[in-house]
Amino acid sequence: MKVAKVPGKNSKHKVFVYALSTCAWCKLTKKFLKENEIEYEYVDVDLCEDEDKEKIKKDILDKGGDLSYPTIIVDGKIVITGFRKDKLKEALEI
Amino acid sequence: MITLEHVRQRAESDAKTYGYYLNPDPDFLQDLLEGIKRNEERYGYPSCPCRLASGKFEFDRDIICPCDYRDPDIEEYGACYCALYVRKDLFEGKTPILPVPERRPLEKQARAYGKAVEKHVAEKPSETATVIAKESSEIKLKLWYCKQCGYVVFREDPPYICPICKAKREMFIEIKIRTDMYG
Repeated sequence: MKVAKVPGKNSKHKVFVYALSTCAWCKLTKKFLKENEIEYEYVDVDLCEDEDKEKIKKDILDKGGDLSYPTIIVDGKIVITGFRKDKLKEALEI
Repeated sequence: MITLEHVRQRAESDAKTYGYYLNPDPDFLQDLLEGIKRNEERYGYPSCPCRLASGKFEFDRDIICPCDYRDPDIEEYGACYCALYVRKDLFEGKTPILPVPERRPLEKQARAYGKAVEKHVAEKPSETATVIAKESSEIKLKLWYCKQCGYVVFREDPPYICPICKAKREMFIEIKIRTDMYG
């Protein structure tokens, strides 16, 4: 799986984003994280191999998320579906 | 060749027909249109830029833009799932444009992730036919008619809102056809 890492000054929380390369909401999420200097990793799911897609589906559903993008996972447990600024700010303490 | 201008014009014309507006944020709109263009190039049809497509037309039919969920989403939230199409009050900035929860049923979403198994089986040529048969039998197309205006549609599910008379899904009834063979 091709995981991209975006460096940032704030690495207090482990932030992982499941995104789509074509999704405008995902782009907004990435921009928001970058603007707030949050360090994060992301995967563009539509560009993944089929077997990785299966793993991603399992991971999102196991964590109680929906198969909706962006799905943001904070510290491996808090799942935020969609670009929800309020929820992101709360989870990231910003 | 698919041009961005063509994608934009098609969306504008569709918005006009249905009394909707395109997203008022020019950068966001541009990203959406580019996403649709990219999907049309790679899949052969303009599927929703904010949903994972399977690449198989029959699996993605409901998320080809304008998707099956647009009308009920605009009615309930003022915008479609990806927010390409919005209602007038959102276009004018009177109501904020917020993420719309996914209305598409999970079992349909999951179809975009089921290829690993298929690929595994497809490696053995003798079983390929079985896979194709299984795939096509998974989706049962039915005939539905609108009790209010008589509109007939051949789809897996009836529309949420009748495209002709705007009646709700509840107004659709399945047409059952029986074929008897004699002789």
